[in-house]
Amino acid sequence: MTATHALPPQAAATRNGTPPWPVEKIAVLDLHKSFGSIEVLKGISFTANQGDVVAILGSSGSGKSTLLRCVNFLETPDAGEIIVCGENVRMRRRRDGRQAPADPAQLTRVRTRASMVFQSFNLWPHMTILENVIEAPVHVQRRPRKDCIEEAEALLDKVGLAAKRHEYPAVLSGGQQQRAAIARALASHPEVLLFDEPTSALDPELVGEVLKVMRALAEEGRTMLVVTHEMGFARHVSTRSLFLHQGRVEEEGASAEMFAHPRTDRFRQFIQRSQS
Amino acid sequence: MDLSFMQATLLTLLGGLPLTLHLTASSILLGGAGALVLALMRTSGIVLLSAPARAYVFVFRGTPLLIQLFMIYYGLGQFRPALQDLGLWSFFRDPYFCAVLAMAMNTAAYSSEIIRGGLASVPPGALEAASACGMRPLMRLRRIVLPLAIRQALPAYGNELVLMAKATSLASTITLMEVTGLAGKMIAQTYRAVEIFACAGLIYLALTLILTRAVLLLEWWLSPRRPRRQPAPPTICTTGEPA
Ligand SMILES: Nc1ncnc2c1ncn2[C@@H]1O[C@H](COP(=O)(O)OP(=O)(O)OP(=O)(O)O)[C@@H](O)[C@H]1O
Ligand SMILES: [Mg+2]
Repeated sequence: MTATHALPPQAAATRNGTPPWPVEKIAVLDLHKSFGSIEVLKGISFTANQGDVVAILGSSGSGKSTLLRCVNFLETPDAGEIIVCGENVRMRRRRDGRQAPADPAQLTRVRTRASMVFQSFNLWPHMTILENVIEAPVHVQRRPRKDCIEEAEALLDKVGLAAKRHEYPAVLSGGQQQRAAIARALASHPEVLLFDEPTSALDPELVGEVLKVMRALAEEGRTMLVVTHEMGFARHVSTRSLFLHQGRVEEEGASAEMFAHPRTDRFRQFIQRSQS
Repeated sequence: MDLSFMQATLLTLLGGLPLTLHLTASSILLGGAGALVLALMRTSGIVLLSAPARAYVFVFRGTPLLIQLFMIYYGLGQFRPALQDLGLWSFFRDPYFCAVLAMAMNTAAYSSEIIRGGLASVPPGALEAASACGMRPLMRLRRIVLPLAIRQALPAYGNELVLMAKATSLASTITLMEVTGLAGKMIAQTYRAVEIFACAGLIYLALTLILTRAVLLLEWWLSPRRPRRQPAPPTICTTGEPA
């Protein structure tokens, strides 16, 4: 996949250090994953470049979550390659024939680069919001605690939770918890953010505040993979969309183009169904 | 009621309190460590580890502590030559060691079930979030799983601590002169069973009271809803101007 982007001459690099050619952040090649006898992912390939906001769409059970979870190895793929920020995660065969990541240090590195935000927030209930946010930087990345706290305060401020930093997750609303979870994901300086239906567990009136934060992240030029049922977000915020159907990529492309002119019947129906 | 006799009795019996406390503390610490290992074996999902743990719990929870104590103290005497060869006889000859061993092994079985319940209560999402941010299994255990499991298990574990404190009285049956042992001795001399046992009971009652209070305090201290008094966070001045 990388070969398709012929590297322009070095001189083309812009002053702020980001090269004008696409930098590949995530590449998934022919990914297969089965649970028992059901094959959930049947050979998925896609890439996400720096700054891409990729909406992963599809009906329930089409394998969206499984795909996203494979990207940071919460699920272990059966076959195929996953390249995160240029790093191809090495796998080994276990005795039972399944694959497992071969190098724990590499796994930690890759997981730090691709932070996950979950549908059900999954904040650690025994820690305050601030402690949740500094946990990975302090303990996984071993950065100085003082710096982490300062940075966490700034992040919490950014998601509008500065006043709640010493509260425990249980006393926060769903929207607040999800915003805290986003701050936690940002705290380890990830290069890619993974969202698995971040607004699906929220009351309708709380969806907006979380989407607002996500939109701001997209506008900062962050690379994001977002599994979502929020068609507004897919259509207007995401740059590219990936429509899965029964474990295969049925349609993909630039979001604006895809929503304006769906090429496949299934995607057209999917858009119509979600509008009604 | 002879108050001055009661007072004298109480003072004498209190002489056995240090031994009672030693027995309690040693068996709780040793048994607690064993319980953690057993619970982790039990929940490991590896049959080679979980099956022995299950068998251990079955045996030690299913037989009386007194019998376990006698088996270790008297029963192992039959294997004296073998134990001497191993250099372990000096341990098994010592009633204190035998009492601690029996109680630790017993409480390890019970407590491992309590801890297992705590481990089962850890929300899977919390675990997943820990993995997703790059924590390795040991760190996940230390930072996420155990803190959550222990909070959940604490009330039940407090009960077990009280049971263990009282179970130390069984050590008197293998010649140890802790509170109950001293009481037995005094009764043999004075035949005033009611007053002496009442005094002994009073001591255990006080001990239990302190233990339960301590556990309650710990529960409160570990409770996530505890409001935290923390110093005001440093204001972040990016511009260099006072905030
Ligand atoms: N751990 C698992 N064990 C067994 N089957 C699973 C597991 N996880 C997912 N599946 C199955 O894989 C299929 C795809 O699941 P997945 O969660 O990826 O779908 P999804 O597209 O995210 O759906 P939804 O929109 O409902 O979240 C489903 O049929 C599901 O039942
Ligand atoms: Mg899903």
